[in-house]
Amino acid sequence: MNAPTAPPSPYSSAIGKSNIETHTLSVLVDNEPGVLARVVGLFSGRGYNIESLTVAEVAHAEHLSRITIVTSGTPEAIEQISHQLERLVPIHAVTDLTLRGNAVERELAMIKVVGTGTDRDEALRLAEAFRARVIDATIESFIFELTGAAAKIDQFVELVRPIGLVEVSRTGIAAMSRGKDPI
Amino acid sequence: MPEVAKTRMKVAESEMARIMTGAEMVVEALKDQGVDVIFGYPGGAVLPIYDVLYDHQHAIRHVLVRHEQGAAHAAEGYARSSGRPGVMLVTSGPGATNSITGLTDALMDSIPVVCITGQVPTHLIGSDAFQECDTVGITRHCTKHNYLVRSIEDLPRILHEAFYVAQHGRPGPVVIDIPKDVQFARGIYSGPQNVEHKTYRPRLEGDPGKIELAVTMMASAKRPIFYTGGGIINSGPEASRLLRELVASTGFPVTSTLMGLGAYPASGENWLGMLGMHGTFEANNAMHDCDLMIAIGARFDDRITGRLDQFAPGSKKIHIDIDPSSINKNVKVDLAVVGDCAHVIAALIARWKARGCKADPGALKKWWSEIEAWRARKSLAYKHSEKVIKPQWAIERLYAATKGRDCYITTEVGQHQMWAAQHFHFDEPNRFMTSGGLGTMGYGLPAAIGVQMAHPKSLVVDIAGEGSILMNIQELSTAAQYRLPVKVFILNNEYLGMVRQWQELLHGGRYSESYSEALPDFVKLAEAFGAHGICCSDPADLDAAIAEMIATPKAVLFDCRIDKTENCLPMIPSGKAHNEMILPDSDEVSVDAAGKILV
Repeated sequence: MNAPTAPPSPYSSAIGKSNIETHTLSVLVDNEPGVLARVVGLFSGRGYNIESLTVAEVAHAEHLSRITIVTSGTPEAIEQISHQLERLVPIHAVTDLTLRGNAVERELAMIKVVGTGTDRDEALRLAEAFRARVIDATIESFIFELTGAAAKIDQFVELVRPIGLVEVSRTGIAAMSRGKDPI
Repeated sequence: MPEVAKTRMKVAESEMARIMTGAEMVVEALKDQGVDVIFGYPGGAVLPIYDVLYDHQHAIRHVLVRHEQGAAHAAEGYARSSGRPGVMLVTSGPGATNSITGLTDALMDSIPVVCITGQVPTHLIGSDAFQECDTVGITRHCTKHNYLVRSIEDLPRILHEAFYVAQHGRPGPVVIDIPKDVQFARGIYSGPQNVEHKTYRPRLEGDPGKIELAVTMMASAKRPIFYTGGGIINSGPEASRLLRELVASTGFPVTSTLMGLGAYPASGENWLGMLGMHGTFEANNAMHDCDLMIAIGARFDDRITGRLDQFAPGSKKIHIDIDPSSINKNVKVDLAVVGDCAHVIAALIARWKARGCKADPGALKKWWSEIEAWRARKSLAYKHSEKVIKPQWAIERLYAATKGRDCYITTEVGQHQMWAAQHFHFDEPNRFMTSGGLGTMGYGLPAAIGVQMAHPKSLVVDIAGEGSILMNIQELSTAAQYRLPVKVFILNNEYLGMVRQWQELLHGGRYSESYSEALPDFVKLAEAFGAHGICCSDPADLDAAIAEMIATPKAVLFDCRIDKTENCLPMIPSGKAHNEMILPDSDEVSVDAAGKILV
């Protein structure tokens, strides 16, 4: 389940190249000040693309954070990105989940829809079909919480857009490879 | 008292004695790391450290530079010529920002430098305080790693870890930013024992399976070549010794990048000269036509490869490098061996011998005869003149005058740098200090000061251009203060020569801003700085003038007036392949639009 191929951003180094792939990288880092800036700075400094990025501490005792980055580029560029990340001193391990294959990817989104009358019914029907939860409701609005693959969120967003979509907040992708082995 | 209890007591006692201020920890750590020289410039945010240094002048010699960029290049020169990390100490704000060029230079050329910067006190960070800047933010991109020390408890570990990170793996600069309150705070100091980074463990040994495969590929090669780089010199003198052994065992030809000169001796019989943009005809053609390229500690830089889609088209490539990110970065290789050069070369030699490998003698003989034909083209030739000093000849005479002496060469950046690389011949590693990756004009003089501090008795010559030398000329004052007899040999053509050359070749001779109309009188300038000035413009006087320079027991500024319009050749023009060189006596130069946009 790969992330959808978004239209290339104007900053993408990938423009004009045909064999562009989207990969999800899992990066274990020391949770120390500046570590995220190092990772993000590496991407901007070397002209790599970030499609989504999530980060949080995953092992409090060891102060380890896990960064999940969705990036796109030629296979050569993606290999470079992994190696350049490994070069950063506070980085423990870089795993290309897409290369490993068969990873589970999930994203959480909050989606605010405004409307009255039948629009509200339609919004709720769609929410049910997508298993989105209502986490806030007023007389004229809902906030839906939806967890799933990025493509599913995209699809839901497109469906509720004509009803009265006003705001979307997405977490970016968290990912893990299937099976018993850790990264 | 039992032994164990005694030891415990000793440890406890020593720990008691080891409560000290942050500033004292800095100096203690430098001593524990074996640092005997540092380059720096004081200022408000490092005063506590300078105060401690006042009491330790016998152990650590501080060299007061005239600009922090000079401190960084001096630290680089010290490191490159000695194999030990260079250390610099500067203040916050402008002290840190002035160091940036030197740090970037050290990053690009993989030079171990530890840079200690002062920072405003912790509670003022982020308030735009006087001489505050985001040093770790600014230096994140131009260091291998950097630290902002937030508490005294972290300081001893960070100090030692910085030295570990700077020296291990692919070396590079490390910044330690220490707020002034941390310098005054008291804490428990711990020494460098067992300090290594918790996760940073560069791989030294090459994968045995890959070594085996490399040996197999080498044994069956018909037109092999060793392409060696600065990684061999960074690996230490043992790597250079092993390279010579490997070359002798295989009989393969060897070429090197600018950074790797001296790893294999220029007088060695398998030496092809430097390769790349200003490399020799034989080295570049051998690279182009080889069937096996063994890259060792080199990174396929654009100055080396020329046009990528025609780079060594019929070759298999083995790449040996300690940095995995160097592999397949610019050129896709067939076999990558990640590891330290010395370890991998040693393993290659061991397996080559154990398997009784021999290069195919017939094929190798044929290969060498092809190389000899290219060599016969004499691509470094130039027309000597009795009237005007040719820059190539000046370097040759300098080489002849210093041959057999204990001599170190630094350079600035430009034509003179390439002429030095082509015509000064290096037989030992760590003897040639030049800014390769970043191409920093103004590198050579401060680097020479660093070299001279590491080797007080040796002859240290900065081969310079009149443009570059003015970028850090203030360091002549440093040389005077410490009685450092560095020699600055300026090839003065009044032009920013490499710019002029490119304008001639690529922009139709429109010499936009490349002529220096108002140059100083270098002899008087030397005297003003307490150095000795020499000016020479007649070829007949050159040898005597060089002899005078060498014999002068203090710093010398040698204004060598050369042919103003000599071009540095041979040359691979931008966007061309290795076999499309401009040779000295060819006048055909064509660069297409695609080549013109390259630098």
